[in-house]
Amino acid sequence: MPEVDLIEGFRDPAHMKALAALIKKECKSKINIMEVCGGHTHTIMKFGLSQILPELIDFIHGPGCPVCIMPKERIDHAIALASMPNTILATLGDMIRVPGSKTSLQKLRAEGKEIRSLYSPLDVIKIAQENPDKNVVFFAIGFETTTPMSAVLIQQAIALNLKNIFFHINHVTVPEAVEAIMSSGDALIDAFLGPSHVSVITGYKIYEPIAEKYHTPIVVAGFEPTDVMESVLRIVRQVNAGKSEVENEYARAVSREGNLKAQALINTYFEKRDHFRWRGIGDIPKSALKLKAEYAAYDAEIVFDDVLPKTELNDHKLCICGDILKGRAKPFDCKVFGKACTPTNPMGSCMVSSEGACSAYFKYGKLNLKGARA
Amino acid sequence: MSKKILLSHGGGGEETQSLIKELFFKHFENEILLRMEDAANLIMESTNIAFTTDSFTVSPLFFNGGNIGKLAIAGTVNDLCMMGAKPKYLTCSFMIEEGFEYAKLEEIVISMRDEMAKNGVKIVAGDTKVVPKGGVDGLFINTTGIGEIVYKGISAHHLANDDVIIVSHEVGNHGACILATREEIELESDLQTDCASLWKPVEALINAGIKIHALRDATRGGLSAVLNEWAETSKVCIEVDEAKIPVAKEVKGICELLGFEPYEFANEGTMVIALPKEEALKALDVLQHFPETAHATVIGKVTQAFTCKVILHTPWGSERFLEPPKGELLPRIC
Repeated sequence: MPEVDLIEGFRDPAHMKALAALIKKECKSKINIMEVCGGHTHTIMKFGLSQILPELIDFIHGPGCPVCIMPKERIDHAIALASMPNTILATLGDMIRVPGSKTSLQKLRAEGKEIRSLYSPLDVIKIAQENPDKNVVFFAIGFETTTPMSAVLIQQAIALNLKNIFFHINHVTVPEAVEAIMSSGDALIDAFLGPSHVSVITGYKIYEPIAEKYHTPIVVAGFEPTDVMESVLRIVRQVNAGKSEVENEYARAVSREGNLKAQALINTYFEKRDHFRWRGIGDIPKSALKLKAEYAAYDAEIVFDDVLPKTELNDHKLCICGDILKGRAKPFDCKVFGKACTPTNPMGSCMVSSEGACSAYFKYGKLNLKGARA
Repeated sequence: MSKKILLSHGGGGEETQSLIKELFFKHFENEILLRMEDAANLIMESTNIAFTTDSFTVSPLFFNGGNIGKLAIAGTVNDLCMMGAKPKYLTCSFMIEEGFEYAKLEEIVISMRDEMAKNGVKIVAGDTKVVPKGGVDGLFINTTGIGEIVYKGISAHHLANDDVIIVSHEVGNHGACILATREEIELESDLQTDCASLWKPVEALINAGIKIHALRDATRGGLSAVLNEWAETSKVCIEVDEAKIPVAKEVKGICELLGFEPYEFANEGTMVIALPKEEALKALDVLQHFPETAHATVIGKVTQAFTCKVILHTPWGSERFLEPPKGELLPRIC
């Protein structure tokens, strides 16, 4: 097999220009495209894609950033758990930066609490083995992409008979969130870029009911610039042809059925929650997972229930993240964007993580002379 | 059992003396140091002096292409060079954790000796402390350096409209190399640090009579920090072409995997140069004769488009501000 350059191969300037020209030529009507995943928002902003696309194409930045959609009360859970004596709290990515109602994990760590930011959830095993006299709580976050890793971690904790690992599960699911946005009735969305890494696990079949019900083309797209451009072209062609199908642009990693082994593993340990509150959107039925009752001994929400705060906390009333997620506003429309609300001191969900729409606009979008300021 | 550094090696008594003589004097040997006075007596030819200090706490201590010792010499030497100063003398303090392996310490000291030999600098004063286990993470080193300014007027304030911006090497290698070496990531990579002293190429630029407006080694905060500081300080706009910024394939890969920008990664032997446009070709010609700057290249220019900002142009015609790095470097999760 010839060697494929997985980075430069998908950033070829000639290819990019050719795709831009085709889209410009073929796009005849206004198309609002929601990219569900924060990774796509990042690609669009970092590579300035809206600047080379026709004005008829508008991107609406969806709720696919697991850190951003975490309601404040659950961040307070992490903080309460990390504050317990003899406890190590482990989590992924920029979760540690996110402020709860009073403090953040990062600040707590500076005060001497043991908080680990992991690259791989399986590191929790090593931490638990090296600290047998401490409770290790894994604050699990992420969409379908990261859920299998949490499942493997539980499997290993059980196999190794480790009694000092506990799980605070915040895994959320894409289709229910998309359904919630579409069924609200006021979302201005004509088509979707389907999340790619989620689809590696779930397969692209999960989007078929949405495409059918709301007549929206959905193209599962890779994260590289040419992936997004090609997916936009496919959406344009579907719209022109009056189609609303699920297409798979990210064929190098995604199939219709997905990773069956990973799905089975998820189903072994997790079940749907009745409800989960999404920051910026609100309550969405069946949109998150929890540990099955038989694993209650590992469930931090049950074992440490007495220390977990129960009050629901909303974002500041000036925050318009809910409207941004429905495509009704852009980050620049927000009065506090870049002023009272910045990545260092976020007020709303979309500014919280580097994958959030406001954060991407803050970092990459200030010179976005077209599109972002439209 | 291997020989270890003990608390007594830092106690000031007989063991301290033997450590100094058998290790530090042996490798750092020079007339001024061997006099063993309370302070070094330096005779400087010039009254225009550059003076700097830096502490080195890198973890891990050994990495692909270098170690903390090489870094401690190159880092301080480079800080002097970036002011147009010929590095002359260094001081060096070791803070060693009790139980540190003697052989490792010697390996580090030998790297320091070798790096100094490349620049003609000398360690003329030093200090050794041994702290109880857990007091430091293996070994910390501080070096302070003094040099004679041989080219005046280099400053972050001196960027002028139409200046060109040159980087001397691929960017991000050191940061990516350290990240790949850290055990919590477990990446296999042949990537080497760019750690190197830059006095030879800087001296050659000066000797060739090339006009230099600003010079800075892109250490913590990387290329992005240097360009943003310059744009801010000189009240200009710096526009760079992304396609022209040299980034190693491995560095791009690590950045993609973990969600970082190569322009924010630290470098330890890569400088950014701002000079008048007509000097650019001459400068590149000089730099290509040195292995550490052989791939120097022009990446952009100074304009007035957006004062105090850095603009990055993509090869397909879009553009964005290159913002200065913020906060702790954390990986993306999905």
